[in-house]
Amino acid sequence: MNDLSFVRTEMLPERDPPPSTTGVIGWLRKNMFDGVWNTLLTIASIGLIVWVLGHILPWIWSPTWNAGSLDQCREIVGASGKASGACWGVIHERWPQMLYGFYPAELRLRPTLAFFLLFIALIPVLFNMISRRMNWFLLALVLFVATFFTASSALMIVVQIVLAAAVLYIGYTLVANSGSDRAEQIAAGARRLPNPLIFTALYVFLMPWLLWGGTIWTPVGAALGFVIGWLVFRLLAPVLGTLTAIILAFAAPVLWWLLLNGLFASAMHAILPFGLEPVESRQFGGLLLSVTIGVTAIAVSLPMGIVLALGRQSDLVIVKSLSVIFIEFIRGVPLITLLFVASVLLNIFLPPGTDFDIILRVIIMATVFASAYMAEVIRGGLAALPKGQYEAADALGLDYWKAQRLIIMPQALKISIPGIVSTFIGLFKDTTLVSIIGLLDPVGLSNSIRADTNWNGIVWELYGFIALLFFIFTFSMSRYSMYLERRLRTDHR
Amino acid sequence: MSAMEIEREVNRSQMQVSDKVAIEIKDMNKWYGSFHVLRDVNLTVYEGERIVIAGPSGSGKSTLIRCINRLEEHQSGQIVVDGTELSSDLKNVDKVRSEVGMVFQHFNLFPHLTILENCTLAPIWVRKIPRKEAEETAMHFLEKVKIPEQANKYPGQLSGGQQQRVAIARSLCMKPRIMLFDEPTSALDPEMIKEVLDTMIELAEEGMTMLVVTHEMGFAQQVANRVIFMDAGQIVEQNEPTEFFNNPQSERTKLFLSQIL
Repeated sequence: MNDLSFVRTEMLPERDPPPSTTGVIGWLRKNMFDGVWNTLLTIASIGLIVWVLGHILPWIWSPTWNAGSLDQCREIVGASGKASGACWGVIHERWPQMLYGFYPAELRLRPTLAFFLLFIALIPVLFNMISRRMNWFLLALVLFVATFFTASSALMIVVQIVLAAAVLYIGYTLVANSGSDRAEQIAAGARRLPNPLIFTALYVFLMPWLLWGGTIWTPVGAALGFVIGWLVFRLLAPVLGTLTAIILAFAAPVLWWLLLNGLFASAMHAILPFGLEPVESRQFGGLLLSVTIGVTAIAVSLPMGIVLALGRQSDLVIVKSLSVIFIEFIRGVPLITLLFVASVLLNIFLPPGTDFDIILRVIIMATVFASAYMAEVIRGGLAALPKGQYEAADALGLDYWKAQRLIIMPQALKISIPGIVSTFIGLFKDTTLVSIIGLLDPVGLSNSIRADTNWNGIVWELYGFIALLFFIFTFSMSRYSMYLERRLRTDHR
Repeated sequence: MSAMEIEREVNRSQMQVSDKVAIEIKDMNKWYGSFHVLRDVNLTVYEGERIVIAGPSGSGKSTLIRCINRLEEHQSGQIVVDGTELSSDLKNVDKVRSEVGMVFQHFNLFPHLTILENCTLAPIWVRKIPRKEAEETAMHFLEKVKIPEQANKYPGQLSGGQQQRVAIARSLCMKPRIMLFDEPTSALDPEMIKEVLDTMIELAEEGMTMLVVTHEMGFAQQVANRVIFMDAGQIVEQNEPTEFFNNPQSERTKLFLSQIL
């Protein structure tokens, strides 16, 4: 027998895997009861979890929701015969304050509306599975619901009717078009609604107006600044070259905002007065303050971080060294010192009588701080891209900005998603530091609540609740980043 | 390494060389730091020529063709591509780049875009062609490289040979007058080399001006009308393929050919 030759005459068919490796049993066996040692560990872990929950849950389950002070809580808990129990009365009583701070109670519809509109403005940025129609439907619906909470007037009734008509019309087309894809809808003559990103852009100016109130012409003037910047770029780019035009397109709106926008707004307001009752920054507080600072700083720090990261990689010596100095300096100092600079020192350096809003100052510092980190995170993404991507973009004749926008940034940002979202989460949690400079975010409020004689001595419930509020936001961000990573995965490895 | 056999009959009827100059390189020198990579290179390429550049690794052949679309800068001498001189003027550089297609050893497809988007990106953003028209052109060239059915997949889902054919189609979508190939088959499995070479032969038959850096001597023998041998940053020998392979003149060329054939 010395036959080395072998020829397969038929290919083997595919077979199912053995049943013990699949299904619930297979999973349990592989992950929890894989050998004696792992089985022991599993049992010990389950025991530990049961023991911890057995102590915490009875404490949480405490009927003190309506108590008016810590003493009352103790009575209720004592009466129920338990050794200890949570005192939830403080949350019940101070809940509106935790959300809004000292924002005037009769105006709280405005921040609430701003908060809901924020989600609608974010939908087209964050998701691609929700149709334009649905987006506009939700917007009309939220606005319609909001009108029910306003004082009724003839104007409001007209607005209500218009919104109701919009809700019904878009809702009807949503139902009528469900089940057919977009090509069929267009063939059937369905009108294509405008891109909901228009609302997202408007929201940038709508949000501060809703929160701070005042004349409508201030946000209009602010928006005009961007138009000016765009015009400057469009007109000067062919004459002066892209880089010079970009610098001027940044400088022109800044000048407009600092010097002329105030005049513009008051002049227009004199001609056509329309506005909301103003609310001062000192009245802001609670989660409203955290979300305002957090969301604005997050939204601005990403583009700023991109610009800084590109600046750091630039061949232009001045741009490069300015970026490096900025990043290294800002990253090298604690956020709390920046916040002190914002709250105390700036007032010393600014000319007397200058009214530079404290929240705006804090937002600027938080943004600057986060953007330095962001720049380094994005630089990491840029460094991970193979050189061939740059070369292929060059070889196709794409110029620097087009290559960055179409080839480099989409990939670099995708690589950096976990880092970017970590920075976002860190920034959002860092907004609690404003309590140190006297702003009343949830943590700052908790101190004043605990100073109240009724609630003197309360700790766990208050901080636990604040922790839960923040966890909801940060955990959503974290889940979103995982969803985004999955959605953008195109390498199929 | 043995030469790849190309079994198909190459149709040379279309492959005529005109007397119009496509690329003119005069006394070009390039240094990497203090290392002299390209030394006094002189080369004139006529329209419709298929030039194969061979040589040991480190001889500067890739650097030479990368200078032609200024992925590398030269420090002295002159490079004129299609009447435009390459200098630090970015307008000229972009103009040349949009007329010169390039295919890389590692394909360099854009992994975040579908095959079709890879092919339409530059026509839409550089040539300003309407999306619909660009997509039609792209499908035409994808059919030409025989993978129209992959148009909506991502590069990561394709084999190496398919990816390289997409890379060729992507360059062709810009309707370039000159194509540069930088070792297009070096990163491919043997089974896939042939499909890429077939695509390149087809391109040659249509009269494209091509500069190909490759180790596929079979391709050089069948398709090229000139073979250039480089060593140590200079052109050592150039000749038409039959003469080059059967009757090499310089000792360096003889040594090289004895080792690879």
